[in-house]
Amino acid sequence: MHADPVGVLTGAHFVDGDHACSEGAIAAGCRFVAGYPITPSTEVVERIAERFPFVGGMFIQMEDELASSIAIQGAAWGGKKAMTVTSGPGFSLMMEHIGLAAMTETPCVFVNVQRAGPSTGLPTMPAQGDMMQARWGSHGDYEIIALSPNSPQECFDLTIRAFNLSEQYRVPVLFMMDECVGHMIERVVIPPAEKIEVYQRRMYEGPRENFLPFEAGNDLVPMLVKAGDGYRIHVTGLTHDEKGYPDMTVGTQATLVRRLVDKIRLHTDDIIRFEEQNIEDAEIVVVTYGITSRTAIPAIEQARAKGMKVGHLRLVVVWPFPEKRIRELAGRVKAFVVPELNLGQMVYEVERCAAGKSKVLSVPHAGGTVHQPKDIYAAIEKSLRG
Amino acid sequence: MPEELYELETAVPENPIEEYLRMDRMPHIWCPGCGIGTTVNCFARALETSGLDLDKVAIVSGIGCTGRVAGYVRLDSFHTTHGRAIPFATGLGLANPGLKVVVYSGDGDLVAIGGNHFIHAARRNVDMTVILINNMIYGMTGGQVAPTTPIGATASTAPHGNFEETFNLPFLAESCGAVYVARWTSYHIRHLTKSIKEALAKRGFSFVEILAPCPTLYSRRNKLGDGLEQMVYYKDHSEIRNGADTKSVALDFQGKIVVGKFVDRERPTYLDAMNEHFQKRLGDRYVPSDEMRQILHAQNRN
Repeated sequence: MHADPVGVLTGAHFVDGDHACSEGAIAAGCRFVAGYPITPSTEVVERIAERFPFVGGMFIQMEDELASSIAIQGAAWGGKKAMTVTSGPGFSLMMEHIGLAAMTETPCVFVNVQRAGPSTGLPTMPAQGDMMQARWGSHGDYEIIALSPNSPQECFDLTIRAFNLSEQYRVPVLFMMDECVGHMIERVVIPPAEKIEVYQRRMYEGPRENFLPFEAGNDLVPMLVKAGDGYRIHVTGLTHDEKGYPDMTVGTQATLVRRLVDKIRLHTDDIIRFEEQNIEDAEIVVVTYGITSRTAIPAIEQARAKGMKVGHLRLVVVWPFPEKRIRELAGRVKAFVVPELNLGQMVYEVERCAAGKSKVLSVPHAGGTVHQPKDIYAAIEKSLRG
Repeated sequence: MPEELYELETAVPENPIEEYLRMDRMPHIWCPGCGIGTTVNCFARALETSGLDLDKVAIVSGIGCTGRVAGYVRLDSFHTTHGRAIPFATGLGLANPGLKVVVYSGDGDLVAIGGNHFIHAARRNVDMTVILINNMIYGMTGGQVAPTTPIGATASTAPHGNFEETFNLPFLAESCGAVYVARWTSYHIRHLTKSIKEALAKRGFSFVEILAPCPTLYSRRNKLGDGLEQMVYYKDHSEIRNGADTKSVALDFQGKIVVGKFVDRERPTYLDAMNEHFQKRLGDRYVPSDEMRQILHAQNRN
């Protein structure tokens, strides 16, 4: 289905990543946003607050991030595509509700414009320190999807993708920006509405009798209904059966949690996206995501100019992790080099999938600014030597 | 005189409130003598006479003994996280303003962990009816002290007695902006039913506090007898004072209980204020949500 032309600002713009994210959300059909001010994400909700009264949207600034992250779930069950936006400390407060969304299969998008932590850290400066928190931050077993844009254009394009994935799999999707991408101003081209693919929420419209709201078909994703449609559904964060009723048994726990996890794991190939350059002949593969993919480019080019066979694998979808691809490359390449604006997070995934068949080098950075390309270059050189 | 809400019938084939309950989930988890079930009965009776289309009523609970109410009522029902029923209900109601949204939860859930949301939903005058069961204790987790525990009462985390000031909830609700504030006990079933019905009919943030016994964890530890003895206490120590100044209705340990309807006033709801403001400020350029447009259209027709 195509985007609703209302609100799609077709044309070329010169905007930052935060604003591009807002426009992506509007184009994706998001019509409910709840947020709480926090640097460096606030521009996203500021633009939403400005734009929403003209496009039939409902924005509310809630009293905190706990409220924002559950108001969007109420709105989703009220029939809206919904999003909240935050950064580090606010993201920490939202963890319980990422679990609620996973457990109740509530489609919604959480935007995190990452800043340096822990705690208050460096509020105005970039980091990529929340990548593992995104995957594991809420308690219990579950799967989420997380995307990592590296430009304002991608902030627009991938926000739409985030909503589409969230609707298709009924899962919280985490949009893992960083301060650099959020505040970077670049050209953003918004296509005509008919060129924007939007996933339409799959609504159940069958008989009310014996309706099982959490019964899934082959794709493991149940259809949605909304409050007020007469189905009298029950939705709970407790372990529940297909009717949605609490059923605190070992068997129901196993069935439910297995399905929540499998609906993502079995569709990993459809969900994941990565970009590769010069992988065919590569001896070294630099694995990046977000802003780090851009600081790595001069280092890779410099190394290739000197004859080193260096390829680049950029994660666009970071969770689920492209395990299969790393396993394929492992053993074929000498080493993976993983620069991140943290002291080592996604590198552990690379290491796990490389399984000792290739060396894995972390290029850590505590955040506050981006890597110097020379540091990434030095790591490439070292990995070839060693 | 309390209004006669329904006619007594001498013989009925089944409990008339069964159609309001998810009978396939019975038996419920509440202890013998617990007051929560009685309040649900009153809620069902209030729904019965409210004239509301039950397909358009949604109920939201948090966590705790009262948090289980959502799961037993045959409405669109949401059992959310601890303390966050109100912000969930806010999102639900704003997204779909055609719904009547009820929040049904306990004292610990709504005014301890969820206190901030209570304050702000009342301030915004978001359209919802909040029914708060006050058993003066955390029941589900084993009788810990709550912001509502009276001074001098004993709780599992106040084994030497509570010395913290007790929350006066009607005063809190009124000062934050609630348009309807009442308090009853699970003894006052007729008054309570009528009050819930009035609260449901109210536009904006309406609030009904209900004192209910927790014989297992509050009464037993405080040597107050069983559920029946607490009902006798409610009967003997309650004083109906409609319109009472909410400053004067604080509770103390086994003292007098002032009950009644304390506040019934009009204020623009969140959505009324929003629509009026945007219409004034933005004129024809303002595009309300699809659901809001339908409601505004219907209002203009009338």
